[in-house]
Amino acid sequence: MNHVSYTPYHPRWHRTRVSTYWWLWRRSYFLFILRELSSLSVAWVVVYVLALVVRVSQGEAAYRAFLDWSSRPSVLALNVLSLAFLVLHAVTWFNLAPQAMVVHFRHRRVPGALIAASNYAGLAAVTAIILALLFVQW
Amino acid sequence: MVLDGLNYVKDRLDGTLSYRWSCRMGICGSCGMMVNGEPKLTCATFLADYAPGPVRVEPLRNFPVIRDLIVDLGDFMGKLVRVKPWIIRRSEKPLSEGEYLQTPEEMDEYKQFSMCINCMLCYAACPIYGLDPHFIGPAAIALAQRYNLDNRDEAADERMEILSEHDGIWGCTFVGECTRVCPKHVDPAGAIQRYKLQSALDWVKSVVMPRAGA
Repeated sequence: MNHVSYTPYHPRWHRTRVSTYWWLWRRSYFLFILRELSSLSVAWVVVYVLALVVRVSQGEAAYRAFLDWSSRPSVLALNVLSLAFLVLHAVTWFNLAPQAMVVHFRHRRVPGALIAASNYAGLAAVTAIILALLFVQW
Repeated sequence: MVLDGLNYVKDRLDGTLSYRWSCRMGICGSCGMMVNGEPKLTCATFLADYAPGPVRVEPLRNFPVIRDLIVDLGDFMGKLVRVKPWIIRRSEKPLSEGEYLQTPEEMDEYKQFSMCINCMLCYAACPIYGLDPHFIGPAAIALAQRYNLDNRDEAADERMEILSEHDGIWGCTFVGECTRVCPKHVDPAGAIQRYKLQSALDWVKSVVMPRAGA
């Protein structure tokens, strides 16, 4: 397992096994696993949106049927859960961004809080554009 | 301190108890152990914080145990050498030209990563290393960054070749525990993510401008 070379007279050292449930007993590990799991929700939402686009292209009846299917309690519950995971995914991603991005401006390092804030500002701008497309009469 | 407790046990109760320690001031990096399940420098961890106890002291997690609280360092030492943590020049300038100069700003670029004392607490905190011991690990990557960001060094490409392998930076899934437990505030997790970003940018550049730098 390790890059340790044993001689015939060398004792075997003790190695504790990692429990299958190692991620359960610490909050940070648990949150990390939730974040990893959230990628499944991201995949699901992509499939869902693609299915929606396909249905729209097939005409009004198909679109109505898709909406009916989407309003089933089970599908609704799945989508609400997915939304929660997506928010977790986005928030943790934005909060981690300052650690990965080091930006210099005029020979000074831009503070991490500003980098995270600019990420949130980008999210707000995209959200505003989408809401405007949906609700403003052009 | 927890270390004083261990010394008390060794002096008064059980002389066979084995553990490593040296400086007692948080700089030698040899007294790292698990204290109530958390990787800690035992010389910098107050027993009073765990009062009234009991306090559970275990050998550093994720390493093979040689005896009592002593773990094998061989794996970490091997990985440390692999990332070439020293200044490499393509060609040394002659002595007559004087020393390699550096401004305070240039030093600040890497100083944080140079604070690492090789105590291996980050390896004990890293579940990825626990599950896959081939992962090169937080401290080794942070130290690679320390030399990459040093303006006197010219071997960032060499280190990238080693660290962009499967066992390198891409093994990390950013749990972030290494940064949390680091007694020297080195932020290994940040070092690794910066490396990933750099690696991705290098890849994009090589696709967009395949002949640049060739």
